[in-house]
Amino acid sequence: MAEQVRGVPAGLWTRCEKCGHMVYEKEVVEALQVCTECGYHRRIDARTRIEQLVDPGSFEEFAVDLHSVDPLGFKDRMPYTERLKREQERTGEVEAVVIGRAFIRGRRVILGVMNPNFIMASMGAVVGEKVTRAIERAAEENLPLVMVTASGGARMQEGMVSLVQMAKTSAAVARLDEAGGLYIVVATDPTTAGVAASFASLGDVILAEPGAMIGFAGPRVIANTINAELPEGFQTAEFMLEHGFVDRIVPRAHLRREIARIIDYAGK
Amino acid sequence: MSSEPNSTPGAAAAASVGGFLDFEKPLLRIQQDIEELEREQAETGRDLNEEIKQQRTRLKSTLRRLYSSLTPWETVQVARHPKRPLSTDYLKLVFRDFCELHGDRVFGDDRAILTGFARVGPHKVAFVGHSKGREVRERITCNFGCAHPEGYRKSLRLMRLAEKFRLPVVCIIDTQGAYPGIGSEERGVAQAIATNLMEMSRLRTPVVCVVIGEGGSGGALGIGVGDRVAMLEHAFYSVISPEGCAAILWKTAEHRKQAAEALHLTAKELLKLGIIDHIIPEPLGGAHREPETTATNLEKYVVEALSEVKRRTIDTLLRRRYERIRALGSFFESPSEPKPEDGSVGGTHRRTSSRAARLRNRLTTGTSPES
Ligand SMILES: [Zn+2]
Repeated sequence: MAEQVRGVPAGLWTRCEKCGHMVYEKEVVEALQVCTECGYHRRIDARTRIEQLVDPGSFEEFAVDLHSVDPLGFKDRMPYTERLKREQERTGEVEAVVIGRAFIRGRRVILGVMNPNFIMASMGAVVGEKVTRAIERAAEENLPLVMVTASGGARMQEGMVSLVQMAKTSAAVARLDEAGGLYIVVATDPTTAGVAASFASLGDVILAEPGAMIGFAGPRVIANTINAELPEGFQTAEFMLEHGFVDRIVPRAHLRREIARIIDYAGK
Repeated sequence: MSSEPNSTPGAAAAASVGGFLDFEKPLLRIQQDIEELEREQAETGRDLNEEIKQQRTRLKSTLRRLYSSLTPWETVQVARHPKRPLSTDYLKLVFRDFCELHGDRVFGDDRAILTGFARVGPHKVAFVGHSKGREVRERITCNFGCAHPEGYRKSLRLMRLAEKFRLPVVCIIDTQGAYPGIGSEERGVAQAIATNLMEMSRLRTPVVCVVIGEGGSGGALGIGVGDRVAMLEHAFYSVISPEGCAAILWKTAEHRKQAAEALHLTAKELLKLGIIDHIIPEPLGGAHREPETTATNLEKYVVEALSEVKRRTIDTLLRRRYERIRALGSFFESPSEPKPEDGSVGGTHRRTSSRAARLRNRLTTGTSPES
């Protein structure tokens, strides 16, 4: 999505994919990729997110060059290695999460950002390892951890190797918790399945962007299972707030401020 | 192994006739021959014992041939066999004096997971196990073994009791997955599973997990983190069902066989990948053919595993449990990566296993920069 957006020459009008209004693209970009008409938060890639979130030039990336080894030699209609290669060429990223150290409004943090544009930020061994390293880093360096989640879930092409990343990342969170570290989750569209059922649900404080889809099972799977229509607003950030699984819904423009505020209360 | 007495010839086309699975068709024919011979012997008084004996030998060797080389899809069918022993069977055959404890103390009592105190061999344990149900009504009551968040929260409650009273935990896994429903989402099934993963990783008492049938994704893993993780020989454990995987990646459920193959979901494959650490053998022809033998094998494993983990101090146990979980998943880290200024990444935390290095050689179309 962000790809198309990036390709649009500045000053062009585009149609909001949510409300259908024609919006001035330049204004949407200035509004951090949020529709100026309806407030729809577009999905954004990891680099755009980092640029929006951290103090200019403060991001130092860790573990840049971790590659999947295709543990199963997986091939569906296309070999997994080929799929990875295409995603890497298309996005310019090696994998679906970026981790590093940064400042947010002058507060030093360990930051992890998932990239919904890279195989739906599904979690394989590399994503699991990088998320785990970010968590460990936060504990070692005694810094708050901010994890911006977005994921379609486990990466099927890595089979059980991907599923057990849920256990690995959650075990790492347990250690950070024991070290007394602050862990802030920012759940963005979509935070689902294996990622929702592991580190994304384990933050001390869980923030969510308005309208973000957050849930465990896919809506189609649920609709088929119960053989009924799903209620309006099901599995949104607002739904999760109402049911007690999200602390605050924070518009993108306020994220920096809100994160800094929580760090001032709970960080060390 | 008895075929149903009232099965009509037309019914032979069904997927599972008289307890025979699709791929077991050769067995069905031999079984029918044996029954034919027995009937003839009874009716005519002719001595056909020699022929019957021959056919029985043939049956056994065919069984051995079929089961020594089950395909992943066949394994899935065996693991889902309607007669496969369930947790409730093992509660009678392996465990004794099951004292069921109900409810998550928050919302309800999820019948898809049974919890309570029990004895096995010389050990007193906290039992946590999926319950699928056998008869129709029972299956509906336990929601076919698909737990809601309450099931995971009840499990954690039991584990906390176990921790407090120094009982080891035994988790018996057999589920298609956590239940995908509105209530499940409203009551936070993702949060319930995540919390179990986190808490089980640091539970201060030994945890032994066994997948006995279906290991369905997060719903299985939600009670599947421990010091020992084993599988019955013909159980399977998968990130997604072969049908689900086929529907997503091949856009048609027809490709479930290929999906089952691609997912590496059998015990043998998962042992190779280091996901599990032991395979519990099943009797010839699968657990359902001899539940008692299977139970004996399961009991032997559980009792030995418990004795082993109980010997360790809890701190050693927890350290090893973490190390085991931490090491899951191989990847390749390019050594050309510039070291971060303080150098602590890539050194102490580097986990590129030798397995990863071996696998790397398979990456012919790989994208990793050659170092
Ligand atoms: Zn709009």
